Amino acid sequence: MTTLTILAPQCYEDVQAAICEHGRIFVRGASSKPALAPPSVDGDNAALLDMRGLRGVVEYEPGEFVFTARAGSSLREIAALLAEHGQHLPFDPPLVDQGATLGGTIAAGLSGSGRHRYGGLRDFLIGVRFVDGQGRLVRGGGKVVKNAAGFDLPKLMIGSLGRLGVIVEASFKAFPQPPAYATLRVTQPSLDAALTTIARLNGSNFDLEALDLVFEEERPTLYVRQGGFAAALAERQERLRSWLGGGEPLPEPEEAAFWSAGREFTWAPTTWALVKTPVTLSVLPALDQVLQAAGAQRRYVAGAALAWIAWPGDLGHLDAYLIQLQLGGLVLRGEAEWPFVGVRNGASLIARVKRVLDPFHRFPIL
Amino acid sequence: MNLDGLLSELERRVPADRLLRKSAQLAPYESDALTAFRSRPAAVLLAERQEEVIQAVRLCHRYGVPFVARGSGTSLSGGSLPVENGLVIALNRLNRILRLDPAQRIAVVEPGVINLDVSRAAAPHGLYYAPDPSSQLICTIGGNVAFNSGGAHCLKYGMTVNHVLGLKVVLADGEVVQLGGESLEQVGPDLTGFFVGSEGLFGVALEITLRLLPKPECYRTVLAAYGSLQAAGDAVASVVASGLLPGAMEIMDALAIEAAEAAVQAGYPRDAAALLIVELEGERIQVEAEFAHLMQVIEGSNPKTVAVAKDDADRARIWKGRKSAFSAVGRLSQDYLVQDGVVPRSRLGEALATIERLSQDYGLRVANVFHAGDGNLHPLILFNGRIPGELERAEALAGEIIQMCIALGGSITGEHGVGMEKRQHMPSMFTETDLQVMAELRRALDPDELANRGKMFPQGEAPALHAHGPHPLEAQGVISRM
Ligand SMILES: Cc1cc2nc3c(=O)[nH]c(=O)nc-3n(C[C@H](O)[C@H](O)[C@@H](O)COP(=O)(O)OP(=O)(O)OC[C@H]3O[C@@H](n4cnc5c(N)ncnc54)[C@H](O)[C@@H]3O)c2cc1C
Ligand SMILES: Cc1cc2nc3c(=O)[nH]c(=O)nc-3n(C[C@H](O)[C@H](O)[C@H](O)COP(=O)(O)OP(=O)(O)OC[C@H]3O[C@@H](n4cnc5c(N)ncnc54)[C@H](O)[C@@H]3O)c2cc1C
Repeated sequence: MTTLTILAPQCYEDVQAAICEHGRIFVRGASSKPALAPPSVDGDNAALLDMRGLRGVVEYEPGEFVFTARAGSSLREIAALLAEHGQHLPFDPPLVDQGATLGGTIAAGLSGSGRHRYGGLRDFLIGVRFVDGQGRLVRGGGKVVKNAAGFDLPKLMIGSLGRLGVIVEASFKAFPQPPAYATLRVTQPSLDAALTTIARLNGSNFDLEALDLVFEEERPTLYVRQGGFAAALAERQERLRSWLGGGEPLPEPEEAAFWSAGREFTWAPTTWALVKTPVTLSVLPALDQVLQAAGAQRRYVAGAALAWIAWPGDLGHLDAYLIQLQLGGLVLRGEAEWPFVGVRNGASLIARVKRVLDPFHRFPIL
Repeated sequence: MNLDGLLSELERRVPADRLLRKSAQLAPYESDALTAFRSRPAAVLLAERQEEVIQAVRLCHRYGVPFVARGSGTSLSGGSLPVENGLVIALNRLNRILRLDPAQRIAVVEPGVINLDVSRAAAPHGLYYAPDPSSQLICTIGGNVAFNSGGAHCLKYGMTVNHVLGLKVVLADGEVVQLGGESLEQVGPDLTGFFVGSEGLFGVALEITLRLLPKPECYRTVLAAYGSLQAAGDAVASVVASGLLPGAMEIMDALAIEAAEAAVQAGYPRDAAALLIVELEGERIQVEAEFAHLMQVIEGSNPKTVAVAKDDADRARIWKGRKSAFSAVGRLSQDYLVQDGVVPRSRLGEALATIERLSQDYGLRVANVFHAGDGNLHPLILFNGRIPGELERAEALAGEIIQMCIALGGSITGEHGVGMEKRQHMPSMFTETDLQVMAELRRALDPDELANRGKMFPQGEAPALHAHGPHPLEAQGVISRM
């Protein structure tokens, strides 16, 4: 066994050369999702690409609400630049403060609570450039908000975990950031009641930026976020409050702190595994029973479309439970040989794509 | 290719009235809405069950016969043009809404379901299906999925792909795969998103899980008239830059206004060079605040007149004009070509001015009616096919418009797809390597290139492509493989 060669590409050609010169390639952004990070040691002729040197915004015209940046750029710097112009990525990419990179976010396929209203990462990524396992620099999508030309290669990069190609550049559309936010905290007598409230809200015409269900000392609590012009917000919140039959507005500093804690997973014990699981309202009662019994901490975000699970024990057990429930998950933190738990759809299609983009098996299996 | 083998197998399995073979029966399938292209299939299968589609695809694979899936045939790019002597699998009869779950806001549908029928079924629950192509009265969800179709109201909540959560698909070699699911989120490569927009080249979508949205509490629809097309384009750029997020932003030029008025009497101002429709949607209190802001921006854009829809009927009238404008312009001239390029929103005014100039240079009328909010142009180039040379001039003009879109950093198509018509423009948007990788991906899903053969890729495709050469850096001796 030899130590992994660590390379820090500075340009796209460096990435191409590194891939062609090595038999095995691992990629890392800022390792904010350590379970997805490569092993520290591997066989011969393996290289770890640290993408953080490949940073910087390539193109950003604020009036266009579109930007293109290199994959190693930190989300923090991108978010700051967008904020200067009153813009943001509304899907709330996680781990911004912990240094997550643009490429790592795409490759991990992560969206946060803010995906509730306008959609997730997949709905905002409009173009990518990546280097495939043959060292070819490939572009898919474009730099305009609407584009139907060619196959949608950016979608293949979402959740590809550095196993289909190395993303070197990405284009996103941005949205105007609401000038103000307000959040209502609504405690619920039971999980069923909470899910019923979510279903009612789903059928209502309130425009919600986010809708999270969390457990505070095991008490189900909804956090309902609205955004818009400050002048209209108080009245909108009051209307929502009376429709819900209660709820307590979060004061200003707490409001922002709640959502940023969600984004950074400060609620999850650092020594526990952290798992993302797509869910639906109907499967939640059964899932929650398992999680509660195991003493897991959890948040159901985006109108209960997405479960974040902090799992205290052996991930093998969670894997078995998820299979029973026909759910699948991605391990972001924790001891996992393989980042996926539970069931997986489309494995044979992934294998077909993998044979095209990585015929020499340079990247880990997917 | 063993066509007789396929046909005799199909004849044994499908009642004769659902396997069309006679010339008169085949004629309606010879082209799609881009009638300039025509070709005759060997047969049309009117499928009624998913099993029949799967079986037909497997038989095509076994006998090496190309097939084309067909919804309502409203493609504007020759996407559903049959392959000569191939099979057309018509999906209109596969039109059941299998499930509608208002609590989870999803609908599971078969591919032949008409776009508008999804919104109709969802309406009693206060929900709707957002993507609204102007053809929504007839086009199918399967066709929408294949082209990632858009519509006037795709500005805020996105195109078809943003609303497709899961798919059941039969790949061109007969394997049936399930992609995505019922959750808004997923793990792993976004295969659902990858299939959407693949223009029928991967296989046939059999079942589609759609996301529904709650109907907005209120709308505010503003109609502003401008003295020039460029001014209307510039107004769009200022609305976008102002940070407002309208539900729709559409432009029509004088020719389109005239045609729409003749067709449906929408009550548009007749003397305007261009009309801009901007629609806000959402909670009433928020929309009122946005409306005040919008009116300031519009007033600063130097309009000739501004009108606001007074009530639902007024709003419906404005939209009726817009949605019928497209086919109405078609009636002004027997022959026309539609382009579908995209430019950055901040360059709209400039792009429109260029189109006007090109129209004059070529001596051909061009009507514009399009999704301005996302920079998606729809110039309709009117010509008379009976005048020798006019078709060629129209095609040359269309080519110049496409090249302009690319030069401005845009795209050759926003929603109509590449199909047959824009194949030759793909190389000006993508490198040889990009196209090579796309072709390899296609063959990974459809090794014999049976599904919609001849579309999207330049100059038609020969199944056997040259073997992978060395990487350019390898060729130069800069790098080497281990
Ligand atoms: C809470 C926390 C705990 C940590 N614990 C550990 C620990 O236990 N052990 C440890 O060694 N380090 C740990 N770290 C540090 C961490 O490993 C690094 O800082 C870093 O790798 C995070 O990068 P990222 O967030 O951009 O995406 P990453 O987490 O690096 O990557 C996510 C996934 O995307 C892939 N990827 C990244 N960039 C690209 C790209 N451009 N193209 C294609 N694929 C890409 C990766 O291969 C990976 O599969 C920890 C950090 C935090 C915040
Ligand atoms: C008047 C008019 C207005 C229009 N307005 C708009 C507009 O506003 N926005 C817009 O985006 N488009 C518009 N279009 C274009 C067209 O309506 C869309 O492209 C529509 O999605 C096509 O649907 P269809 O059912 O007619 O599909 P078809 O034309 O039958 O097929 C289109 C493509 O989809 C493939 N296909 C069909 N079903 C399946 C399936 N189940 N699985 C896999 N592939 C399949 C076909 O092979 C073909 O390649 C308009 C067309 C007309 C004539």
